[in-house]
Amino acid sequence: MSHAVYFYGTCLVDLFYPEAGMAGIELLRREGLEVVFPQGQTCCGQPAFNSGYAAAARAVARAQVALFPEPWPVIVPSGSCAAMMRRHYPELFAGEDDLPAVEALAGRVHELTEYLVRELGVRLADRGQPVRVTWHASCHALRELGIREEPKALLAQLANVELVGLARERECCGFGGTFAVRFPEISAAMVADKAADVAATGAVELLAADCGCLLNIGGKLAKTGSVVRPRHIAEFLWERTAPPGGASSAAPLEAAAGTAAGVPPPRTGDP
Amino acid sequence: MTAAAADFRASAAAALADPQIRANFRRAMDGLMAKRAALFPDPAEWQALRALGAAIRARSLANLPELLERLEERCRANGIAVHWAETVADANAAVLSILRAHGATRVVKGKSMVSEEMHLNDFLEAHGVESLESDLGEYIVQLDQETPSHIIMPAIHKNGRQIARLFGEKIRGAQYTEDVDALTGMARRVLRRKFEEAGAGLSGVNFAVAETGTLVLIENEGNGRMSTHVPPVHVALMGIEKVVERLEDVPPLLALLCRSATGQTITTYTNLVSGPRGPGEKDGPREVHLVILDNGRSRIYLDPELRATLRCIRCGACMNHCPVYTRVGGHAYAAVYPGPIGKILTPQVEGLKARHELPHASSLCGACVEICPVEIPITEILIRLRGEASHPAPGSTVREAGEVRNPWEDLAWALWRRVHASSRAYRLVTRVLTRLRRLPAPRLGPLRAWTAARTTPRPAPRTLHELARDRGVRDA
Repeated sequence: MSHAVYFYGTCLVDLFYPEAGMAGIELLRREGLEVVFPQGQTCCGQPAFNSGYAAAARAVARAQVALFPEPWPVIVPSGSCAAMMRRHYPELFAGEDDLPAVEALAGRVHELTEYLVRELGVRLADRGQPVRVTWHASCHALRELGIREEPKALLAQLANVELVGLARERECCGFGGTFAVRFPEISAAMVADKAADVAATGAVELLAADCGCLLNIGGKLAKTGSVVRPRHIAEFLWERTAPPGGASSAAPLEAAAGTAAGVPPPRTGDP
Repeated sequence: MTAAAADFRASAAAALADPQIRANFRRAMDGLMAKRAALFPDPAEWQALRALGAAIRARSLANLPELLERLEERCRANGIAVHWAETVADANAAVLSILRAHGATRVVKGKSMVSEEMHLNDFLEAHGVESLESDLGEYIVQLDQETPSHIIMPAIHKNGRQIARLFGEKIRGAQYTEDVDALTGMARRVLRRKFEEAGAGLSGVNFAVAETGTLVLIENEGNGRMSTHVPPVHVALMGIEKVVERLEDVPPLLALLCRSATGQTITTYTNLVSGPRGPGEKDGPREVHLVILDNGRSRIYLDPELRATLRCIRCGACMNHCPVYTRVGGHAYAAVYPGPIGKILTPQVEGLKARHELPHASSLCGACVEICPVEIPITEILIRLRGEASHPAPGSTVREAGEVRNPWEDLAWALWRRVHASSRAYRLVTRVLTRLRRLPAPRLGPLRAWTAARTTPRPAPRTLHELARDRGVRDA
């Protein structure tokens, strides 16, 4: 094995955006990395942690920590979950016996776009048609991990992609986990403003690196009949740069047709 | 605070339905954010200055009991009488007894958030003392029998036309006008007379310097200087946390405060009150009193993490940058301190039973943490208080910790834990959801609240776990 990384998919990617997770894995494999996906993974524990249920969060987090024994980087396709693991795990385990193991893990957690740019310095060649997109910067990636330019630097490498910025790129979309259901009116007001901001860009795709934001803004866009497509940046990058056939050369796959790339995101629809 | 007034949820929903409130706040907050940003152009300078500010405030708090004693001693040496007040009632009584000793039945007031905590105007009116706000924003709010909606800009919820109408109705002999200079002139004429008639002037305190016994008070309208220097008696009000150790601690804090609050490099007036009129001096009050209020602060002080709440220098930048405050406005919080700082301060002062919702009214976006000039970890404290409400930390000193039980929520998180602490249970549940391609109970509880504004999230046909395994991604 030349070089291995762990991939931590996150629960929202697992359930709603699995293709984004696969795209993240493929982007890493193409750089010659062996990607290890521990099948025992579930959720980082953030929902309970943010709600003040520290004991429940710790129990779930502890089960995750055990899955990454090797000293390899842990790549997470979500700024929010990566921030939970990097920044908040050590707080959550303060005074616990396993704090040293938790700190060791926290120190090698990376958000996906950050890892692609800062650690791997990926070069991307655009194979896609001209398209106008916009970018939503998620709060925790921005403010807890300091990720500002990395995702945009990746998009800037794509010759046929026009990135139109949001008027309020740094403003929260109103997701906030349980906030969206505890204070639905306030959250709805926030996401309505965000959806209007997205619509005003004239973009046909809304890209983000956090699936909570995507579910929120995407759900609002769909509710208002917008045709803007919400997508995780990993899926967008992979689709536009994947070799014909979809799979990376580093790890040949059986690649059942139509599952690796170019598949529509999970649809949302009213019951 | 009545239960009805404390219902943040209802008042927030009402505010959201009022397009005028949303427009007024959005416009005002955009302006304040832009002005602040223009004065912190260099990120390195900003980070260095705020680190210094945070360190000064943390050092002051670390030595709080000792600094307060030194402040009292230095103030007394300067001729400033010091009054300690544990509760709001104690503070009101102290103010009233000073006023009565001088037969003062009319007072003018500079801006003071501590006086808002005390509901001092109402208290004085009830005891036969006319108390007039002299800060223009506070004057407007008082004229309309409202409370401030922002700690720096009390009348920010009103636009020019609303103020014009108010002045036209409430100021005797006023002609209706929307001309800002004319409106300001009207208020000025009323206030000038009142400054001369007042038996005492009241003010807040931005910083109290322990080593010199100096009270620092900043303002832009000159009303602070008039309130503290024209009437024969000056009564200053401060919370116990406002003390700093040395005079040299003040300039960095003022630089942070002015730039963060109003986007000014320095305010028009910087008052340093160091005692009453001295022998041979021609002006200044004959007596200066300092009322130092606790009102729950020493309880907050007991907890090393929550203590950071007391670093606050009341700049209001957290409000200006808060996506929730911007949309619901200040009155929705039904609290003296609205916005992010209010969400951590109010439940600690008033107790979690009536105020446990406030710490949840945040998406934890961290915009407030990013701009706080003294690095208060607001989101961490919000999360801490969320937990304290139902299952307190051992030895918790938070008021009414553990007194807000919600068995349904406990049950929900116990179930969540069950599913997510076991990979087998998790894989079973996600397998079922991806096969059904729907979430349970779409018309109940959380999902219903979600779908009022958004489509229902639909699970993918297969999980990432399945895709990864099928496509040959190595398991651990």
